[in-house]
Amino acid sequence: MGALSTKEKTLWYIGALLIVLYALVPVAWIISLSLKSEADLSNRSFLPTNVTWENYEGIFSGTASDLFLPALRNSVITCLLATLIAVVLSMFAAYAIARLNFPGKRLILTSALAVAVFPVITMVTPLFNLWRQIGLYDTIPGLIIPYLALTLPISIWTMSAFFREIPWDMEQAAQVDGATSWQAFRKVIVPLAAPGVFTTAIIAFFIAWNDFVFGISLTSTSDAQPVPAALSSFTGSSYFVQPTGAISAAAVIVTIPVVLLALVFQRRIVAGLTNGAVKG
Amino acid sequence: MTAVTTPQVELANSPRDKRRRGTDRSRQEARLGWYLAGPAFFILVLVTGYPIVQAVYDSLFSYRLTAPGDREFIGLENYGVILTDSLWWEALANTALITLVTVAVELVLGFALAMVMHKVLGFLRPILRTAILVPYAIITVVSAYAWQYAFSITTGFMNAVVPGVPEDFDWFANKWTALTVICLSEIWKTTPFISLLLLAGLAQVPEDMHEAAKVDGATARERLFRVTLPNMKASIMVALLFRALDAFRIFDNVYIMTNGAAGTQTVSSLAYNQTISRLEIGLGSAVSVLLFICVLLICFLAIKVFRVDLARARGEN
Amino acid sequence: MARIELKNIVKKYGDGFPAVNDVSLDIADGEFVILVGPSGCGKSTLLRMIVGLEDITDGELLIDGKRVNDLAPRDRDLAMVFQNYALYPHLTVRENIEFPLKLNHSKVPEDEVRQRVQRAADMLELGEHLDRKPANLSGGQRQRVAMGRAIVRDAKAFLFDEPLSNLDAKLRGQMRTEIARMQRSLATTTVYVTHDQTEAMTLGDRVAVLRKGVLQQVASPRELYEQPVNLFVAGFIGSPPMNFLPARVRGDRLELPFCEVPRPAVVSGEHDGKLLIVGVRPEHFDDADVTDVPGEAVTFDAQVDVTEWLGNELYAYVPFEAAAETKQQLAELDRELDGESMRSQLVVTLDAMSSVRDGDSARLWFDPRRMHVFDPGSGANLTRDEERARRIAEQSEALRRRSLERAQAQQQEQVPA
Repeated sequence: MGALSTKEKTLWYIGALLIVLYALVPVAWIISLSLKSEADLSNRSFLPTNVTWENYEGIFSGTASDLFLPALRNSVITCLLATLIAVVLSMFAAYAIARLNFPGKRLILTSALAVAVFPVITMVTPLFNLWRQIGLYDTIPGLIIPYLALTLPISIWTMSAFFREIPWDMEQAAQVDGATSWQAFRKVIVPLAAPGVFTTAIIAFFIAWNDFVFGISLTSTSDAQPVPAALSSFTGSSYFVQPTGAISAAAVIVTIPVVLLALVFQRRIVAGLTNGAVKG
Repeated sequence: MTAVTTPQVELANSPRDKRRRGTDRSRQEARLGWYLAGPAFFILVLVTGYPIVQAVYDSLFSYRLTAPGDREFIGLENYGVILTDSLWWEALANTALITLVTVAVELVLGFALAMVMHKVLGFLRPILRTAILVPYAIITVVSAYAWQYAFSITTGFMNAVVPGVPEDFDWFANKWTALTVICLSEIWKTTPFISLLLLAGLAQVPEDMHEAAKVDGATARERLFRVTLPNMKASIMVALLFRALDAFRIFDNVYIMTNGAAGTQTVSSLAYNQTISRLEIGLGSAVSVLLFICVLLICFLAIKVFRVDLARARGEN
Repeated sequence: MARIELKNIVKKYGDGFPAVNDVSLDIADGEFVILVGPSGCGKSTLLRMIVGLEDITDGELLIDGKRVNDLAPRDRDLAMVFQNYALYPHLTVRENIEFPLKLNHSKVPEDEVRQRVQRAADMLELGEHLDRKPANLSGGQRQRVAMGRAIVRDAKAFLFDEPLSNLDAKLRGQMRTEIARMQRSLATTTVYVTHDQTEAMTLGDRVAVLRKGVLQQVASPRELYEQPVNLFVAGFIGSPPMNFLPARVRGDRLELPFCEVPRPAVVSGEHDGKLLIVGVRPEHFDDADVTDVPGEAVTFDAQVDVTEWLGNELYAYVPFEAAAETKQQLAELDRELDGESMRSQLVVTLDAMSSVRDGDSARLWFDPRRMHVFDPGSGANLTRDEERARRIAEQSEALRRRSLERAQAQQQEQVPA
């Protein structure tokens, strides 16, 4: 490492500060909005004149709660289930891709890649039609299935990149050391593979949580509608009032879990996102 | 995301494949491989394969959900209607413009962010990593609302901040200013992903190469353009391709901010409006199919260029 | 062509620990100087300070009499060959070599670039590889490309950072002679970092031995071998390394583990009864049964533990018991020299005809005049002969000038032809 001069260092620190501002100012803005009172919302300044919790009260117990609370429940259930299914399925697939030689391995990876770049909107029309016919429209399973198209490809890619790094010889070494196959798997392979699986799960969850297209197209009521779709159907307390405050408060609430995950697992998430993508 | 490694995996294993083909052991391995990977593959194919086939089929009919009885085979007429409609061309132009602008800005901005993260050491590193993950992890819809409210004529503070803008300026009334805000939200949300990919690429350029260039007499600028960037070509290309394909599908930001008003329709929002809002299944399917073809085209072009680069990059490592 | 002067150079890192401490070294124009020492001795740091990749904490660095402490690497006009060669993977061999010349400020005309690249390629026999990428070259070829990149610059000096450590033994020998030949014919001032004492001994006009950031001795290889200033240099130079034996002064005799020898003149009465360390090189022992024993030699019997027959010579290992205090000091010295020997033993190089084998008792001799006596406290060599050292230094300087002139004359002859 070449030593940096003080001047250079200062410049990089300023750059670092700019990055933090870049990332956090829009978030601060939406938080600030959510703390403004209805009259304050159009004060056209960054900060509220008075901090008020009425918008949060509105979405948790007030007029918007009928829409928000079920949506939050739907989002959590749908995303967790979609993540779980995607991670379990891709765990097996990634194991096969990383460890076994079989014809069609490349086909699987290529189709995962193709699905990852597939225009989501193209899936919407036919699914919209089919779901109406077979009764999956506006149901949670009807949302989980298309979510798999979002979460499976990235899970397969990320996890097989992780699995390729695992020193699989360790399993044999453990068996030579006297462990049974089950012990070797449980005591050696599981601890080695767990971080990769976990990281993949977080990334898959982010992607499912972010969905909007399926949410607004394949659901219509609070039976299945997830939060992003519900946000766009919020209405104000009267026709002439914009639902800005309620939307901001709800936006803050759904942002909290992803920011917490990012905060706690930043190192892993970065590794997962870049793993494989730049292995020339 | 490992576009780069696939061919290698195959290459590395192919001689072994040949030698083992036909033996019991390889057949067993193949069976196990498909047992394990099969379910995931099957679901992938089903959830995307079925819709695209169905969309192609539907696009050949005149079909409205409001009048399902009038369904009638009309061949390629839907495509004719779309391709002669200025709405389609405007949506396509908007989409292409958004893709070009956002990807170009994101690449430059993302590289700058990556450089800072690469140089800053110590306790600041995890802080930066966390900060940069916040926009990445935030729901696009939330980002869209945040930017919309910031520029909105009723709630926004931007008119007071941006110099030379009158206080009652409505950003969303004009096509170009509306597109600008849409691009801003898109750029804010997705630059972190690009910059993380570029950061990983930066970390792979060995330190002693920079030092060698320093001793060889290269200025900071020359080191960047003649040593660092050429050596990051592979990661730049990966980032570029993924982002371009992603940007071309832009929908959430447009839907929230303008819903296609003021001439800001994109291909995805056009398809959505046709099917879900107007229930024109035939026309909407045709738009979807056209969008799919566009994505395929970008992919094809990129991979043609990409392959060449990959081959060269592999030779060098 | 340049003279490089280091004046009281100090490098301190953030924790205040001096990686390089008060090093002064005057490198003459055209001289080949080696920086050598065990890992972590600060030799690479010193080189990187000369080239400008590390800041100099204190002291002065002068190139041709001009202070360059604060100049950026590119303004110092030095060429460097890195340990991993640091070739640019995206450029061909030709592009790699011409890289320094193609930078904006260098303004070398296209014709001359081509000429210089050709000359470097001819010199290093890279002609047929010019259009290939570094990834497709062998280790030795990459090494030569890195050297080519250094040559074309016509820089003031060459700096090498362990350039041969990534090659296998055979290639290393070949590249060593290649580097020596290149340096002689170009007569460019060269500073070369290595931890390999064979490279140090064969390549350098002078060798600077470093230990924990402190310069121990700067001298010609021969002087280092014959007149080391202290225990560390004596132990570092030579292979197998010098044997260190505990010795006690008893009147005019010196008691060693196997025998007694006359007390050397320099060891005066004040040492009587004290413990000293005696150093004898393995090659200064031999088997009394198969070689002639000179009159001054001391002969003794020893129980041989293990032998290694190499064809041209035979190594025999003779364990001995040492007092706890010397044992600890010797072990410490051994650790500093990157060694890990677990027992105190004598290594002797015997004539290949010797019939001594594992477990035998052997009759060995050595000439006490060739032994060194060290002060155990300071490590100083009490038997170092300053007068002789000065003569060796003069002699090697004369030899260096002569061979340089010869190489230059040869070069002159070739140019018109």
